[in-house]
Amino acid sequence: MNRPPIQKTVRISIDSRSCKKCGICYGFCSQNVFTLARDGTPEVTNPSNCTYCRLCDLRCPDFAITLEVIS
Amino acid sequence: MSGYTFKSYLEKSQLPHMWCPGCGDGIILRAYTEALAELCLAPQEVVTVTGIGCWGKADDYLGTHAFHGTHGRALAFATGIKLGNPDLTVVALMGDGDAVTIGGNHFIHAARRNINLTAIVTNNYNYGMTGGQYSATTPLEGKTTTSPNGTAEPGFDLCFLAEAAGANFVARTTCYHAVALKNMIKEAISHQGFSLVEVVSSCPTYFGRFNVHPSPVKMLNWLKDKAVPVQKYREMSAAEQAEHFAVSTLVNKNRPDFYTTYKRINRPDQSAKGEE
Repeated sequence: MNRPPIQKTVRISIDSRSCKKCGICYGFCSQNVFTLARDGTPEVTNPSNCTYCRLCDLRCPDFAITLEVIS
Repeated sequence: MSGYTFKSYLEKSQLPHMWCPGCGDGIILRAYTEALAELCLAPQEVVTVTGIGCWGKADDYLGTHAFHGTHGRALAFATGIKLGNPDLTVVALMGDGDAVTIGGNHFIHAARRNINLTAIVTNNYNYGMTGGQYSATTPLEGKTTTSPNGTAEPGFDLCFLAEAAGANFVARTTCYHAVALKNMIKEAISHQGFSLVEVVSSCPTYFGRFNVHPSPVKMLNWLKDKAVPVQKYREMSAAEQAEHFAVSTLVNKNRPDFYTTYKRINRPDQSAKGEE
């Protein structure tokens, strides 16, 4: 199914104090928004791909991800 | 809009929580607080009752009223709280050890009496907090620290147990299905009578490491593969059914709850007034 990407600018922030580097955000993001650093820390490298499905936010066991729609 | 968000129900000073990286408990706590926010319940209208265990620690992170009871007795305390003040929304958070291993009797009797409360049971197939011993839901031949070659006991099916005991609302999902989980908790809290939401959860530290994989992502994928919608589950062969479990709403009845029935029998005047 080729749905057109939803045009939204989303600001994604990861609270490094809360994050336990479980890798769930990276493992389940279908848009490859995140990459993992060598020590397992998730980094937001492709925020423009984000479709604001909010699943990374809802599945983050540590409440470390905040999503904000800018436009 | 009520103005409540999931953060309205969290005790921020207590975070980050003590659960292991990738533990399903955090996902379930998020779904629970999201459900409360969507139901527009004020934190002071909700009492969260917990027992002992990893999931029993959830009340430490909650800004609702909370009662941290003894192991397996969360439903007994919750029953007392609900009958003492029926206007409160009472939710019991229990693990599989709490709900059916040590507190099995409270579980079946709360369902039989049809007390108007919600039980959210996190089933991670073992006792996580005390070191990964087998519990009453560990599947047959499941490896744990006390059954290194696999347990010789078959596990309980919580949902069948609750249904047989008379629960009004029974649903099962996993912590992979975060949105369905939130909606299920909302429906369970809104439903009259005893409501059970069984959340099959991941314990990457113990059950996952011994039986599946220590990676939280692989554990969630394993749960996703094991969970099948109930219609599809019923069409499966017995061998396939043994490898899977049914998810979605399994029971949805409208049997009058204990308090309504008690009032009708013992205080017919008040009962009639309440119905006007």
